[in-house]
Amino acid sequence: MFVYADNAATTSVSKTALNAMMPYLTEDYGNPSSLYGFAQRAAEALAQARATVAECLGAASPREIYFTSGGSEADNQAIMSAARVGARKGKKHLISTKFEHHAVLHSLKRLEKEGFEVTLLDVHEDGVVRIEDLKNAIREDTCLVTIMFANNEIGTVQPVEEIGALCREKGIPFHCDAVQAAGHMPIDVEKMNIDMLSISGHKFHAPKGVGALYVRKNIPLFNLIEGGAQERGKRAGTENVAGIVAMAAALKESVDNMEADSKKMIAMRDKLFAELSKIPHSKINGSLEHHVPGTVNMCFEGIEGESLLLMLDANGICASSGSACTSGSLDPSHVLLALGLPHEVAHGSLRLSIGEYNTMEEIDHICKVVPQVVEYLRNMSPVWDELEKGQRPHLI
Amino acid sequence: MALYSDKVMDHFQHPRNVGKMDDADGIGEVGNAKCGDIMRMYIKVKDGIITDCKFNTFGCGSAIATSSMATELIKGKPVEEALQLSNQAVVEALDGLPAHKIHCSVLAEEAVQAAVKDYYDKHGIAYDPEKFKVQSCEHCSD
Repeated sequence: MFVYADNAATTSVSKTALNAMMPYLTEDYGNPSSLYGFAQRAAEALAQARATVAECLGAASPREIYFTSGGSEADNQAIMSAARVGARKGKKHLISTKFEHHAVLHSLKRLEKEGFEVTLLDVHEDGVVRIEDLKNAIREDTCLVTIMFANNEIGTVQPVEEIGALCREKGIPFHCDAVQAAGHMPIDVEKMNIDMLSISGHKFHAPKGVGALYVRKNIPLFNLIEGGAQERGKRAGTENVAGIVAMAAALKESVDNMEADSKKMIAMRDKLFAELSKIPHSKINGSLEHHVPGTVNMCFEGIEGESLLLMLDANGICASSGSACTSGSLDPSHVLLALGLPHEVAHGSLRLSIGEYNTMEEIDHICKVVPQVVEYLRNMSPVWDELEKGQRPHLI
Repeated sequence: MALYSDKVMDHFQHPRNVGKMDDADGIGEVGNAKCGDIMRMYIKVKDGIITDCKFNTFGCGSAIATSSMATELIKGKPVEEALQLSNQAVVEALDGLPAHKIHCSVLAEEAVQAAVKDYYDKHGIAYDPEKFKVQSCEHCSD
C-alpha cells in the first residue's frame, strides 16, 4: 500500500485546479500585459483569480492581493518591506517567535545583521504563543509583529485573532505566515486584524511555484523584485497566470469543502494520535487543543528519525522528521527544540501530515507499520538498550 | 538520484551482524545521543583473529549501513588488520555516501578501534596509544 502522509510538505494538484489552469497554458497563453484582446483573456482570468483569493481570505478588496512565487517570497517581502517602513520612522525592532518557518527566521536574521533588533517569543511546551509574552515584548520602536497562523512541523495554531487585536490597539503592523492554514482553517483578515498574510498554493492542491501576499490597503509595500509594472508595481515579472488561476480554484475548492474535509481529517488525525500514543515512551508534540486538522507530530524515544523515515518508505509510507539527519544540519529541528525537547528526544521525531485525499484504510496501515518499525529500530539501538536497563533515564 | 546507493540501502534494510554479544572480548561505543548517533561494536577474538562481530546502532540510515559494513569488513580478520580499517574503506565498500554522511563512516571506524582498544585493555595486551584516534565530537563537547 502506498500512503502519502506528507501533505504539510506539498500536496497533489486537484482536478479542479488542473482543469482551471490548462486553458492558460495552451489556449489563452497571452501575456496579461499585452494590449490585444487575446491577451486580455489572460488578464481577465488574473483579475478573477485575484477576486477569488481576496474573497477566500476575507480581504476588503482584490487590490490587496499580490501574487508571488510562493510562501517564502511572500514572507520575505512582507518582512523586508515592514522593516524598511519602520526604519524610515526610526523603528527598528521586530517581534516573531522561535518556531517560525525559515523564510521568516532567516529574513529576520538578515535584518539583525543590518542593525535591526529582533525578539523571538517563546512558544512554550505546547507550541502556542502567549499574548502576555507578546504584550511584554512590544516596544515603542516595534515596527512589525510576524507570527505564523499554524506551525508547519507540529501543527499548533496560534491565537491569531488576539494577536491581531493587540497589534491593532498598539498600532503595529501584523504579518501572519498562513502557509499551513490557508485552505485548511477559516481565515478572515478583516475580523482577525491581519495586516499582511502569506499563502502558498501547493499546500492546498495548487501547483508549486505560486503564492500570494495579502497587504492591507493602508500598509506601504516595497518591492523585492524590480522590473515591470505587474502586481501594481509591487512585484515585477510576467504573471504565472496558469498557476495563479489554479491557486484561486484550489483555494476556493478547499474553502468550500473545509467543513466536511476538516471533519474527515480530524477523525484520521485523532486515530493516529490514539494508536501511536500506545507505543511506550512516545510523546505527542504540541497542544492538541489548538491544532490544524491534518498534522501529527510525535517523538519515539531511543530511535532516530531518518532511519524511521527510510523504514516507513520501504513500507510505502511517505512522512517527514525533524531529526538532524533529515534537516541537513547537526541539530534537530528548531521547532522541536523551541518546545524544550532534549536533542536526543527530538532526533526521534515523526511528522505525518494527512490531507483530504487520505483514507481510513491508509491510516490503519500507518497504525500497523509505525509500531513495528519503532520496535525494530529500538531493538537495534544501544540507546534503547541503556534506557531499558535503567542505565539512562527515560526522558519521555 | 536516490539519497543512498543500493549497497547502503541493502545494508540498512538487511543489516549484517546486528545484535548484542554477551561474551564479547571487546566492546566499543562511540557517538552521542545528543548528536543523533551512537554505535556499539562487539568483537569476539580467538588467537588474534576476530571470529565474530556484532553491532547496535542508534542513528540514521547511513549510520546503520556503515556499522553493518564495518562488521563485515573486520570479521575473520586479525585484530591488527581491523585496526587499520579506514572510514574511506567503509565508504568505498558501500559504493559511496553523501558528503554530509561521511561522519557516519568515521564513527564506524572509531567504533571498531574502540572495541579493539577495549579488547587490549581487558586482556592486558600492550599497545601504542598513538594508534588510536581521539574519540571526540566537536559538536557535542560543549
